[in-house]
Amino acid sequence: MASEEPLFDPSLKKRKKKAVAFTEDPLGADADPTAPAPDTIDNTTTTGEAVDLGPTTAHEQMKMNGEEGSKNEDEDFKAMFGDLKKKKKKKEIPMDLADGDSGTSTPAAGASVPAITEDLDFSDIKKKKKKSKKAALDMEAFEKELSGSKSKSAAEEEEDGEVEHNPNLDIDDADLENDPFAQPSDAPVGVDLGNEPWLSSDRDYLYPELLTRFYFLLHAANPALLSSSSQKRYTIAPPSIHREGNKRSVFANVTDICKKMHRQPEHVIQFLFSEMGTTGSVDGAGRLVIKGRFQQKQVENVLRRYIVEYVACKTCKSMDTLLTKENRIFFMSCESCGSRRSVNAIKSGFQAQVGKRSKNRPA
Amino acid sequence: MSVQNLNSVDPFAEEELLGGTQDVGSGADYIHIRIQQRNGRKTLTTVQGLAKQYDLKKILKAFKKEFACNGTIHNDEKLGEVIQLQGDQRSKILDFLVENDVEKATIKMHGF
Repeated sequence: MASEEPLFDPSLKKRKKKAVAFTEDPLGADADPTAPAPDTIDNTTTTGEAVDLGPTTAHEQMKMNGEEGSKNEDEDFKAMFGDLKKKKKKKEIPMDLADGDSGTSTPAAGASVPAITEDLDFSDIKKKKKKSKKAALDMEAFEKELSGSKSKSAAEEEEDGEVEHNPNLDIDDADLENDPFAQPSDAPVGVDLGNEPWLSSDRDYLYPELLTRFYFLLHAANPALLSSSSQKRYTIAPPSIHREGNKRSVFANVTDICKKMHRQPEHVIQFLFSEMGTTGSVDGAGRLVIKGRFQQKQVENVLRRYIVEYVACKTCKSMDTLLTKENRIFFMSCESCGSRRSVNAIKSGFQAQVGKRSKNRPA
Repeated sequence: MSVQNLNSVDPFAEEELLGGTQDVGSGADYIHIRIQQRNGRKTLTTVQGLAKQYDLKKILKAFKKEFACNGTIHNDEKLGEVIQLQGDQRSKILDFLVENDVEKATIKMHGF
């Protein structure tokens, strides 16, 4: 492997080299000398080696047959692409697994509050993926643009090396993924094609083109934005619910959860009661006693809705928010992005008559 | 040639019209579907905020036939007429309303 690397194109990336070496390993010592050899003597080596290589793999045979001094590098490049594709696949699979994990864990660990945030994170992952793809696609556009205007800086020339590979990779991506991501990736391609007339002719810019360009430039300028979308997960301990007697449930860790969400317990409890259509009280130990039978999953669902409505910032999806009351109206201000909005007051709505009427009659 | 500024239409007319009703901005136009627990496994579903243009009696009849449950119309002095149904019919009601061209965004499902 080590001896092979210098023999191959030294300008290539180490990763790719490794990948190539990995796939060509089966040929091992036989194949490796062949690669440099054709440069000096073409026919003899190919014929001589073809005997050895023939039985090993058809792929190699093809390669060896097509091998000539000038084409040799191209072939290698193709091999690289193949390997790159594989490599890309390998990369993709963990992503999908991660997606799948969160997907499976939501139902499996559906009984835990973190699932909410996992849902949120899930969307984040999607978004991030999309963004990165857009960025990659836009890179081509950007590069084309650059090459059109012929103003290249050293750093962008580095990227040029990647741009050569990108088209294949992107197509590969589209093939690999038959999920909705393929569509957004297609759209920028259209934009990408449209970019050339945009440069050459003097037609107006299209909004999506400028938007993708903007995002690319934005993320290029401050990469911190990309990493911020994959920030730490917001987790809350799942509500611990157990039955007290026959028709009452006890929600033991209300105060902990409220503290975690930075909300007044009264507000949370009011929401819980109005949503679940019951009543209850807080006992001496700070536990919430709810009238009626409720399972942990049910309470968790309600809590999840509370978080979506009263905790999560609608603008930046951050959970770092504060709820303040001004003139009988609740305002939620986000600590991380500074947005501020009013939230709906909790209204219990219609409550049907349940239980004995004689109990409710005013004495 | 009509000049915008000289139009007799009051630009705030709509605002006043809305302001006249007390529940502006309170999301009063939502249809709320709630659930309440009764004894044991029994539950009660309530539908509040159906538009006045609909005949609640006919809707109730359709509900009862469709969901095979009993129900009633309760006349609340504050919240208007409310349909009560026996059992947990929330998702069925949601489907029914959406199928009959009620905007899904105007329906709020409560409960666990």
